[in-house]
Amino acid sequence: MTRELVVVGHGMVGHRLVAALRDRDTDGTWHVTVLGEEDRPAYDRVALSSYVDGRTEDDLSLGTHDDPLVDVRRATSVVGIDREACEVRIATGETIGYDALVLATGSVPFVPPVPGRDLLGCFVYRTLDDLDAITAAAEAAMARPGPGRRSAVVVGGGLLGLEAARAMRLLGLSPHVVEIAPRLMPVQVDEGGGALLRSLVERQDIAVRCGVSVTGIADDRGRLVAQLSDGVELDADLVVFSAGIRAADGLARATGLAVGERGGVLVDDRCRTADEHVWAVGECAALEGRTYGLVAPGYAMAEVVADRLLGGDARMTPAELDMSTQLKLLGVDVASFGDAHATTEGALPVVINDPVAGTYAKLVVSDDAATLLGGVLVGDASRYAALRPLVGAALPADPVALIAPNGVELGADALPDSAQVCSCNAVTKGALRSAVAEGAHTVGALKACTRAGTSCGSCVPLLKSILVREGVELSTALCEHFAHSRAELFEIVAGAGITTFSELVARHGTGRGCDVCKPVVASILASLGGGHILAGEQAGLQDTNDRFLANMQRDGTYSVVPRVPGGEITPDGLIVIGEVARDFGLYTKITGGQRIDMFGARVEQLPAIWRRLVDAGFESGHAYGKALRTVKSCVGTTWCRFGQQDSVGLAVELELRYRGLRSPHKIKSGVSGCARECAEARSKDFGIIATETGWNLYVGGNGGFTPRHADLLVSDVDTETLVRLVDRFLMFYVRTADRLQRTAPWIEAMEGGLDHLRAVIVDDSLGICADLEAAMAAHVASYTDEWAGVLADDEKLLRFVSFVNAPGTPDPTISFVTERGQPVPAPRTPVLIGIPEVGS
Amino acid sequence: MTAVVVTVWTLVCRVDQLEPERGAAALLDGRQVALFRTHEGTVHAIDNLDPCSGAAVLSRGIVGDRGGVPTVASPVYKQVFSLLDGTCLDEPEVRVDVHEVRIRDGIVEIATPWAGR
Repeated sequence: MTRELVVVGHGMVGHRLVAALRDRDTDGTWHVTVLGEEDRPAYDRVALSSYVDGRTEDDLSLGTHDDPLVDVRRATSVVGIDREACEVRIATGETIGYDALVLATGSVPFVPPVPGRDLLGCFVYRTLDDLDAITAAAEAAMARPGPGRRSAVVVGGGLLGLEAARAMRLLGLSPHVVEIAPRLMPVQVDEGGGALLRSLVERQDIAVRCGVSVTGIADDRGRLVAQLSDGVELDADLVVFSAGIRAADGLARATGLAVGERGGVLVDDRCRTADEHVWAVGECAALEGRTYGLVAPGYAMAEVVADRLLGGDARMTPAELDMSTQLKLLGVDVASFGDAHATTEGALPVVINDPVAGTYAKLVVSDDAATLLGGVLVGDASRYAALRPLVGAALPADPVALIAPNGVELGADALPDSAQVCSCNAVTKGALRSAVAEGAHTVGALKACTRAGTSCGSCVPLLKSILVREGVELSTALCEHFAHSRAELFEIVAGAGITTFSELVARHGTGRGCDVCKPVVASILASLGGGHILAGEQAGLQDTNDRFLANMQRDGTYSVVPRVPGGEITPDGLIVIGEVARDFGLYTKITGGQRIDMFGARVEQLPAIWRRLVDAGFESGHAYGKALRTVKSCVGTTWCRFGQQDSVGLAVELELRYRGLRSPHKIKSGVSGCARECAEARSKDFGIIATETGWNLYVGGNGGFTPRHADLLVSDVDTETLVRLVDRFLMFYVRTADRLQRTAPWIEAMEGGLDHLRAVIVDDSLGICADLEAAMAAHVASYTDEWAGVLADDEKLLRFVSFVNAPGTPDPTISFVTERGQPVPAPRTPVLIGIPEVGS
Repeated sequence: MTAVVVTVWTLVCRVDQLEPERGAAALLDGRQVALFRTHEGTVHAIDNLDPCSGAAVLSRGIVGDRGGVPTVASPVYKQVFSLLDGTCLDEPEVRVDVHEVRIRDGIVEIATPWAGR
C-alpha cells in the first residue's frame, strides 16, 4: 500500500529530498505531497543574485517533478501540525494526513528590531519576490528627478550582504554596507583577511562601515535615513536587510517539538525529531543542536532522510557537515576551511599578508606545528583545493612554504588516503585510488564512478595528479574525433599525402570534428603547403581569427595588424596606417611586437580596409594565426653607439623568411645588436643576440603566464649558419610539438631536453636536417600574402558579410563610446562582475 | 478571448548560400540568427548572440559534433552549443534559443512566432 509523505517547504533541500526519494523508490511505496509557500517551482537560491544579472526564473528553476506520485502545491501555507492525528492544516482550513512528515521550511531573514524597519523602501534579500520588489524600487529611485546619486544601505556585511551590495550596484545604486562586526564576512575570515577583503571591496565603489550597527530608519521627505550607532546618518533610497538568517522553526515550536538553543528543530544524526513520524532537513534543522546555512549539508540531510524512509540506515557524518567555503564574490577569491579562527587550544596561526599583491593567507596549525587545523585565503584561493583535504593530517612541508608565493606546490602525493579530495561529495583519496585500480582511467571516469569533482570542480586538478601518480598515462588523444596526438597526425598527413580534413577524419578518425581538432588539422595542412588557408573546405576548419584573417575582440569586432618587418616602417607607411584608421574610425595602439594594431573593424569592413593597406604595399601580419608573429629588433649598428651587428637587417630578413609559417602555437622572435639586449630577444621562442664576431642563438623563451628566458643553443655563428639552424629548429617544432605547445614546454617535454634538441638540429643525430631544411625552403618559396589572396578572389570576399540576408548592414549590437579621444566598445548593460559561486 | 499563435515563415537566403559545416548570420526583424548547414545537409538555426560573451558571433564559430550531436563552438570563449536544442554542453545552465527552419524551393525559411488574437 502506498504511504503518504508530506514535505513542508519547496526550496532546494526539499526538492532534493523528493528527487532522491523518487529516484530510489522504484516500487512506488511513497506518495509525496509538497507544500510550498512561494508561488514558484523550486529554484537555485544559491544563485539568487544572478537574477539581477538577467538570469530568469526559468534559468534558476531546479525543474519540476513530473511524476504521478508527486503533488506539488505552490502558494500553500501550512498553519498547523496535529501530531496526534498525523495531519497538517493549511491556510484554507483543509487538512492533509501523513505517514511521514518532513520539515524543510528553510530559514527566514533576520531583521534587527530597529524602529522604522517596516518603512516603505526597506527590504529583505531571500526570495525572487524580494528581488523583484527591490528591482522595482531601484528603478523607481533611478527614475526620480533631481540631482545626486541614488544610494542603498545594505545592513550586514556577510556573504549575503556583499551579494546584495553587488546587486545594488548592478541596479545603478551606490551601495553602503554596514556590518556590526569589526570586519566583513566575520564567520568565514579572520581580522587580517577581513581587512584585505574590505580594501578589495571598496575598490569596487562599495562603501563599507564595520563595527557599527543600524539603530533606526527614518522617513525623510520620501527618502530614507539610516541612523548608525556612531551617530552617522546615511541617506538612502533603499535599505536592504541581509544580516543573517534564522531557522524557520515556528511550526515545530507550535506543535511542541524541541528546538535548539539558537533555533532549529532538534534532530538526531538520522535527521529525525523526537517524533518518529517527523523529520527535518536543511536550514530549519538543528543537527546535534547546530544549524547549517550551506546547501551541501542540507543536501546530505535530504539523502539521509530519503534513505531512511526506504528502510536504509544512512547517518550524517561529520565530513558532510564540513563548513569549508570557497567562493568568488565581487571578483574576489575567498576561502576558509577547518578551524579558520584558531579556536583549538594551543593552535598557532601562520600568516602571510601581502597588501601590495592583494593576497592574504593564513594556516592554523597544532601547537607542535605538525598538524594542519584550518586556514583562510583571501585574494588568491588557488591553493584551497590542495590544502583543505589536509585538515587533520600531518603537514607535508613547512607551513610558511605552503602559502608563500613560489612556495611548495602540493599535489596528490602529500595527501593521506583518508583525506577528502572532494568535499562536496565526500570522496577520499583512498576511494579515488581504488576507483583507479578498478579501471577508472580518466578524469571523466573518476567523476562518473565516485561523483568527485562533479559539484564545484575545484578538486579536478587533484584528480589528474592522482591519475598520474597511480601510473595511468593520460591519453594523448587530441579529442573525441582522433585518437592521435598532433605530432602523430602530422606524420599521417605528411606520409599519406592527405589534403583534406574530410579524408583524414574518414580514414583515421570518427565523427565530423570539433573546435579542437579542426584548427590543428588546418594548421598541419598549411604547414605542409596546402595553399591558401581559406581555400575550399579548409575555410571551415579555421578558428574565427584565421577564418576572417583578423583578431576577434570581445565585442565581436576585429583588430587589424599589417606586417611591419623588424619594426622598421617608413613615414609614408605610418601615414597610410593613420589614414586608414582615421577613415574607418578605428582605435589604434602600438603593440609589444613593434607594430600598430587597429581595433574596432566590423567583419564587413575588413576587405575595404585591407584593399587600402595592400595597395600601399602592406601585407598580413598574421597576428591572428598560430604562426610567426614578429621579429622585434633594436637599431643595432645602423644608429646605436654600442651596436655590434646589423640587428634590424637580420630581423627583417628573418621575419620575411618565416612569415606565414603555420605552427602548433604562435612563434615570436627578437634580434638584439649587442649584449644590452634592448630587443628582449631572450623572452622569445628564438632570440638572437649579436656578439663581436657573429650571433648567439637562444631558444625556448616566452613571456605570458609562465615567463621563461630562452637558453643558449649555439654561440658566435655567422648569419648563414644561424639561418640554417633556425630553419631546422622551427621545422622540427612544427612537426613534433603538441597542439598549443609553445617552444619552451616542447623542449622541456623532450627526453634529453635542450641537449637532445642540440644533437638533432646541430649535430644531425637523427639524419633529418636536410629534410627539415628542404621543407623550410619549400615554405619560403611558396609564401604569398593571404590578404592579397582574398582580395583577388570574389568567392572568398563573399564570406566577409555581416548578414547573409543583409550583407552591408552593421551588427546592431556593436557600438562605441569615446575614451581618451578614441573609439572603444560601449559598455554592455548590465555589467557582469562575476556571479558568486558557493561551494563547500 | 483565445490567443491564436500563427507561425510566420521568413525567407532568409538560398540554401546554396550556406556553405557546408560553416555558419552564417541573418538579421530577422532586429533579432540575429545563426544558420548552420551540416555535412549531411541539414540546416539549423540558433540565436547568434553568444550568452557567455554578449557578442553576436555564434555564426562565426567552428561547426562540429560532440558524441554525434551537431555543435558550434563560440569563437570568443569556446563554449560548445548543441545545434539541436541550443543547450551549452559545457555549461548546462546556459542555452540559446533554437529556431525552426524549413527549406522550400531551395530557399531557407525561419519560423518567427506571431501572437495575434
